[in-house]
Amino acid sequence: MAYEPVIGLEVHVQLKTVSKMFCGCTTEFGGAPNTHTCPVCLGFPGVLPVLNRRALVEAIRVALAVGCKVSDKVKFHRKNYFYPDLPKDYQISQYDEPLSENGRLNIKINGGEKTIKIKRVHMEEDAGKLIHEEGGDSSFVDFNRSGMPLLEIVSEPDINSPEEAYMYLTDLKLLLRYLGVSDCDMEKGSLRCDANISIRKKGGTGLGTKAEVKNMNSFKAVKSALEFEFERQSKCLEAGERIIQETRLWDPDKGITVSMRSKEEAHDYRYFPEPDLVPFALEAAMVENERKDLPELPEARKARFIAALSLTEYDAEVLTQDKDTADYFEECVKFYNKPKIVSNWLMGDVSGYLNAKNLSVRGSKLKPQALAGLLKEVDSGKISGKMAKDIVIEMLDTGKDASAIISEKGLAQISDTGELEKFAEEAIAENAKTAEDFLNGKDNALMFLVGQVMKKTKGKANPAVVNKILRDKLSKKQ
Amino acid sequence: MDNLYSLTAGELLGLLDKKTIKPEEIIESVYSRAQSVDKKIKGYLNLDREKALSRAKSLPSSGKLKGIPVAVKDNICVEGELTTCASKILRGFKPPYNATVIEKLKSEGAVIFGKTNMDEFAFGSSCENSSYFPTLNPWDTARIPGGSSGGSAAVVSADEAVMAIGSDTGGSIRQPASLCGVVGMKPTYGRVSRYGLIAFASSLDQIGPLTKDIKDAALLLGVIAGFDEKDSTSVNVPVPDYASYLKNDVKGVKIGIPKEYFVEGMDKEVEASVREAIALLKGKGAQIVDVSLPHTEYAVAVYYILATAEASSNLARFDGVQYGYRCEDPANLLDMYERTRGEGFGAEAKRRIILGTYVLSSGYYDAYYLKAQKVRMLIKNDFEQVFKSGCDCILTPTSPTPAFKVGERSADPLSMYLSDIFTISVNLAGVPALSMPCGFTKSGLPIGMQLIGNFFEEGKIFNAAYAYESNTDWHKRSPKL
Ligand SMILES: [Zn+2]
Repeated sequence: MAYEPVIGLEVHVQLKTVSKMFCGCTTEFGGAPNTHTCPVCLGFPGVLPVLNRRALVEAIRVALAVGCKVSDKVKFHRKNYFYPDLPKDYQISQYDEPLSENGRLNIKINGGEKTIKIKRVHMEEDAGKLIHEEGGDSSFVDFNRSGMPLLEIVSEPDINSPEEAYMYLTDLKLLLRYLGVSDCDMEKGSLRCDANISIRKKGGTGLGTKAEVKNMNSFKAVKSALEFEFERQSKCLEAGERIIQETRLWDPDKGITVSMRSKEEAHDYRYFPEPDLVPFALEAAMVENERKDLPELPEARKARFIAALSLTEYDAEVLTQDKDTADYFEECVKFYNKPKIVSNWLMGDVSGYLNAKNLSVRGSKLKPQALAGLLKEVDSGKISGKMAKDIVIEMLDTGKDASAIISEKGLAQISDTGELEKFAEEAIAENAKTAEDFLNGKDNALMFLVGQVMKKTKGKANPAVVNKILRDKLSKKQ
Repeated sequence: MDNLYSLTAGELLGLLDKKTIKPEEIIESVYSRAQSVDKKIKGYLNLDREKALSRAKSLPSSGKLKGIPVAVKDNICVEGELTTCASKILRGFKPPYNATVIEKLKSEGAVIFGKTNMDEFAFGSSCENSSYFPTLNPWDTARIPGGSSGGSAAVVSADEAVMAIGSDTGGSIRQPASLCGVVGMKPTYGRVSRYGLIAFASSLDQIGPLTKDIKDAALLLGVIAGFDEKDSTSVNVPVPDYASYLKNDVKGVKIGIPKEYFVEGMDKEVEASVREAIALLKGKGAQIVDVSLPHTEYAVAVYYILATAEASSNLARFDGVQYGYRCEDPANLLDMYERTRGEGFGAEAKRRIILGTYVLSSGYYDAYYLKAQKVRMLIKNDFEQVFKSGCDCILTPTSPTPAFKVGERSADPLSMYLSDIFTISVNLAGVPALSMPCGFTKSGLPIGMQLIGNFFEEGKIFNAAYAYESNTDWHKRSPKL
């Protein structure tokens, strides 16, 4: 029997604010254990949380970017459970009235598009981190991460393959990077993902019993874990067994998921309204201001690149896959209004160089205006396109302007007819046979002679001028 | 001067102003008084003469409380000083920060004088639930001083402190003030910052003053009140000059008497004293009207659902991981949690944690917590209606009985819970209320009355209270020790 998976993703994103969710401690990654802490994020007796306004604003921006309806009220709940890395033994989160609900994300899949609905985006604080002594039986706790502002983005179970899950995460990450609200670095824990997966007969509508999969630390791991779960659940049903609702952990070394706890052992979080944070109204005008202030998002930007700048779908897609690259591209176009040519250079030689050196476009020494300058030099005929390819590498290496490199190295094309006529005559004299072939109608014989002149000038001759001079001289011989 | 310890803060500040005494002399006087009487009262958990003296010597150049020793309930954090909520589970805990009220007191020149005993985590109405020792009533040491701020009330009553700070979640300042014959006030919720108050029930707790007279109460509240950006529940409204309300004039002041607070079965002597107080105010020109607070009968039930729910969550952090008590040689994490909390918390704390956990658990939340929240709104509405009808204050007894005997109710939690029957509604509504002496029983036990005001109208309470106090001398009596 053919099955299909039904997947919902819960993504936790750490917001890139300067200070934590409810105190003034730094959110900087790293630092010796327990150095980025204060009585508030350590949950000391008597202390109280104060909401970081910046975290709220960033959360609203994300909610708006995924098309959610933002609530007119901000309300927090306590989620109670005991764990040594949770200093208050409850987490401040949102429950019955989340910041926002009912959004969507369009993902690209199999050359088409699919809309994944987003159930809710809400705020919460992060817990600390346990460090288990290697070879010993002690555990240590580092509270530097405690109280970091998190967003939980919960999708509807609209995802029907591990590939879709992968694309959803990729596109969500792209969106968050465009908004500049998070690093989205899974290694640093600033983006984490749990997946709910059940299966059903292909084309069916109901929902099967789901498993929750945790502990996946890369997008690839999410994909692999979901592939494994799909297989496992399919085999289970084929064998006539019942799937049990449980939480499973992904074991990346073995490439399998293992059961962690069943529904029966699940927590009762005893949610109730956080009495230390009085609910407050969100001003509609403030939300509208944030909406107006949103940057152009990847989808819209790609469409504009195609429509207004006449780029191909492929080019537009590649350029908008990274906000910095797209910004860089647009800045170049401001100085040099031939988008297709800029796009070719960026996607070709420039990105080749950056990839090889593992640099970002923003971190490179080649500034957009300088790249535009180089392309103008080609257009003016001062240098050839071939020469430009060498010059751009030097620009990337040194950060110098094209014109400086051209004059320093004497790379300007020779367009002085007097000088070129001398070389042309030499070439004709040295290659009488070829000259005759041309006169007898072999047009491409001329290319050989052009090549000879280029050689004599060490490539500095302007090929178009040489071409013209050779034709003139040969026709006079006829 | 010999008996500095018996003076009010107002009187002492007058002497300090005239430079007839020095702050160190006050400290010495109050300290030696405590040395001689606290053996009988046991109001203090911690009192250090040298520390108090050195504080008195390094006071700011001016301040509204300059040189006045103020005792502090043990659930309010003082930097570097033991703050244990009278619980074993916070054994050895010294907060690395000051509560906002402590900062305010210090900046006005008050001398933080010692930590006072309390019911563990403020759970109780008798001060018998301390994990150290019970505090006793200065008027009769066979009796309880009331709770949970029993230590703070007792030391003020016994002249072992000039003023004290307590906390009130369901009557924990007013009830012991009443049973010890002193003035105690719970301000409007949000009037005084809770930052640094170790929470019992966050939506009900409020810090307030315990003093020898109304003038001192107005003075101390003026110092500790005000908006605090560290407390999201504190309210940003200006603090008036409470001294300007201390007028011996209640002509036209409308005082509501709620019929639900004068019911069959209440102590006859208490009722008689409160009735006399009403008559006195009426004689001075106050307009006495009958009012109704119809949801009063649900207050105790609602309170024990909401307060325990919040407490169960607030007390979760005492898990043996970071500070305070941890059991010996735990076998594993679960064992550490279970034994740390099993050994660290007293019986009443456990009772409340279990009750609070139960009312929040899935399947019961709607039936208990949510319903209690709804009834809480009705109780709040009752008060709003009365104040909307033009009442300036509501007058009731503070406690249904005078101080009861040590051990008399400790085996029966429900009878203990009823000790706060007249004070609890005020916390549920969030309005301010004050308890002050209004008489004595034949056997010489203090009786207190409660004046309840509208939100942020502590001033009107002070006015009525001061007018009453100016025409009586209950507050001038002292227990014989
Ligand atoms: Zn912090």
